[in-house]
Amino acid sequence: MTVVVRTITRILFPIALVFGGYVIMHGHLTPGGGFQGGAVAASALAMVVVAFGAKSLSGKKGLLSALESLGGVAFAALGFLGLGVTFFANVLAGSGGLFGNPVPYGPNPGDLNTAGTLPLMNWAVGFKVLAGLGAVVLLFALFGGEHDR
Amino acid sequence: MKWLAIASFCVAAGFLIFGAVALRPFGAPTLKEMDDYFNRFSQPEVAANNAVTAIVFDYRGYDTLGEATVLFTAVTGVALILRRTKK
Repeated sequence: MTVVVRTITRILFPIALVFGGYVIMHGHLTPGGGFQGGAVAASALAMVVVAFGAKSLSGKKGLLSALESLGGVAFAALGFLGLGVTFFANVLAGSGGLFGNPVPYGPNPGDLNTAGTLPLMNWAVGFKVLAGLGAVVLLFALFGGEHDR
Repeated sequence: MKWLAIASFCVAAGFLIFGAVALRPFGAPTLKEMDDYFNRFSQPEVAANNAVTAIVFDYRGYDTLGEATVLFTAVTGVALILRRTKK
């Protein structure tokens, strides 16, 4: 791609990653969540693939695979964490510890340290979606077309 | 064969017409007990302001687990089809 696209990608890449992390981190307070934030962060990877070519990211396939597996395992493990009550029981909510602040009923300004296992699950799913969509875009760009790489 | 086709068409069309006639008036809620429960208890129980996230990750965690599995399967299929093959 041209130098204009490459420069704008250099500027927008960290902004897109940070905004994806913001959407994931505030998933239990504002609209959004793991899937949406992961898709936003994966769009940064897609932007790099478009601007710099797939060869620039072809060494990162192992990292993406590890992130995808880590996210899936962390999500299932957080589900097993509540096995004393039921599968996916939210044991951390309202416990006073990590992410354990109580939330009153009704409109309130929102507290990041609430919702129990939900933020952790959001991060797990976010990494999973980031790695999954990034790997799909990268594989399409690497092996999809023979003539327009 | 022709009469079977006509009969099945009439049954399906009658079912659809009955469903259209039996609809509630526009805007009237149909089953709102579960909505009321989520509205009332998603904040005190799950301690999340975002009720959608509370439903997706807590009340229906199985659904999200299946969604993650679907994503994993999609990535696996893409990686399986688009791979370097020796010629």
